[in-house]
Amino acid sequence: MAPRTASFKLVLLGESAVGKSSLVLRFVRDEFSDFRESTIAAFLTQTVPLDDSTNIKFEIWDTVGYKSLAPIYFRNANAAVIVYDITQASFDKAKSWVRELQRQADPNIVIMLVGNKSDLKASRKVPRELAEQFAKDEELLFTEASAKTGDGVDGLFMSIAKKLPLAAPKTPGSSGVKVANTPKSEESQRACTC
Amino acid sequence: MDEEYDGTGLTECILSGLLSVDGKKVLHMDRNDYYGGESASLNLTQLYQKFRNTPPPEELQLGRDRDYAVDLIPKFILASGELTKILVHTEVTRYLDFKQIAGSYVYRDGKISKVPSNESEAIRSPLMGLFEKNRARKFFLYLQQWKEDDPATHQGFDANTQTMKELYTKFGLEPGTQDFIGHAMALWFDDDYIERPAKETMERIILYTQSMARYGKSPYIYPLYGLGELPQAFARLSAIYGGTYMLDKKIESINVDESGKFTGVTSDGETVKAKKVIGDPSYFGAGQDPVEGGKVRVLETRKVVRAICILKHPIPGTDNADSAQIIIPQNQVGRKNDIYIASVSAAHSVAGKDVWLAIVSTIVETSVPERELLPGLQLLGTIVDKFVSITPLYEPTSDGSADNIFISKSFDPTSHFDSVVTDVNDLYQRVTGGPLELKKRDTELESS
Repeated sequence: MAPRTASFKLVLLGESAVGKSSLVLRFVRDEFSDFRESTIAAFLTQTVPLDDSTNIKFEIWDTVGYKSLAPIYFRNANAAVIVYDITQASFDKAKSWVRELQRQADPNIVIMLVGNKSDLKASRKVPRELAEQFAKDEELLFTEASAKTGDGVDGLFMSIAKKLPLAAPKTPGSSGVKVANTPKSEESQRACTC
Repeated sequence: MDEEYDGTGLTECILSGLLSVDGKKVLHMDRNDYYGGESASLNLTQLYQKFRNTPPPEELQLGRDRDYAVDLIPKFILASGELTKILVHTEVTRYLDFKQIAGSYVYRDGKISKVPSNESEAIRSPLMGLFEKNRARKFFLYLQQWKEDDPATHQGFDANTQTMKELYTKFGLEPGTQDFIGHAMALWFDDDYIERPAKETMERIILYTQSMARYGKSPYIYPLYGLGELPQAFARLSAIYGGTYMLDKKIESINVDESGKFTGVTSDGETVKAKKVIGDPSYFGAGQDPVEGGKVRVLETRKVVRAICILKHPIPGTDNADSAQIIIPQNQVGRKNDIYIASVSAAHSVAGKDVWLAIVSTIVETSVPERELLPGLQLLGTIVDKFVSITPLYEPTSDGSADNIFISKSFDPTSHFDSVVTDVNDLYQRVTGGPLELKKRDTELESS
């Protein structure tokens, strides 16, 4: 039997230049560039096999273009990846995103805190223990990763995949109407790289 | 910067979305700290703050703040209308969930009846007597078969030159039926259409029946979480294609050169240069005294009075519908303009449990606008709380070709978005010099 694909919306949060988009590009395309100026892909999808019967499809929303995030960004988000840079004072901003999610997002959202640029340990400014303790107190998933080397990247998305409540529907409302121009079955094969 | 936008209303957001897709560099600013401008949806706290400057009263027991998304402008989306085409074309449908509006109702002879959505509802409908139903059926059959380029289907009637009045007469329809067809189906809000060539009205009726046929029940769909989702969805589209969004930016000045041509915008002491600016009338002097020697860019055309009502029951006579549109044709209550009621509820994720929202609106005709809403308010039963506003409508004084300042129109009192899309098309043409062409795509719908 072909595995079923469950779709989940994942939002990326964090201060600029902490490597949000780099993490996603490493995950989706296994690419990295030191000199990428700004985000080129704001809506990407990536499907990973969870087990023999289930594939998890992440619909990834990047914050590109938003100086001010819209509520629609958080609407029905199943997972959030909050990124900070271990070499910069970007951890407080990460904390404030956790508060923002607690205020705006669904209470069941799976939150992953990620300390990026783990390859630059020599210039570390945020101790791993500090972030680890914060994640524990707030019941968040936590890891350090490097978009540059790829270290920890796939793993962090897999950890999220394992935590997602598979039974939960992506959108509420059982009597909704679908206004679309592509059948759902096609949509899952089409990775949008716009 | 190619274009700069002021105000994240729906018109501006659709345009910034479309132009970003075209590859234009777009900066979008709003003086408010929320998206949507006049087309925003507010939570309870924001609603009470805006109208009363107080928090929501505890004793009303309205439930959780975050369950609310109260529209300021009551509009629904025609299932086969122009906005649906843009939503599908741009694929912003992937950010939105839609639900049907449960029923469309019309007021006739003191009570409301559902606009029939199928043959069997039509047969049972109390809207017309038996003989009149027969005449109406022939009228609708005529419209169903009518094709502009096939004279054989015209039955000797020239829709381009003959008036709607003549068409009604041809089928011998009663005045009350004319009210029903012209106002509840063609969705005209006054009677000017009767003396004009019939074609535009025929096309509007055909659009209504096609929309009705699409999902059944009513011709309308509505986005879960309120209309405020629409501008946000188009803003998302723009952002994906490189647009930048900034809220809470007070606009200090719209800058022009000696010849009056737009050069940029100053906000918070910073000046952004751009080739063109698009914005809603509130950013171009609406409601303000003209600056001496300054250009008058927008003019007030008329006023709309709206009452946002909170109910703890469905509107009586709607069969406990979770949502409804009610149209009170002007003739039925001795007015020149129709009264519209738009009602939604928790089923659309816009209100707390067991709470219905109903917005009653019409064009102001007298010096006591609120009283003009009475025929509509009386249909609602007990009103828990009510917020009345009188809003002037503005239109730009010029098309923007001379100064590169392109101004949208205020949202009119029609019950759906087709006039908004007309404004979008018009602005797009003026800004880019070419018509907006939506590729034809097959639309698919799933009812689940």
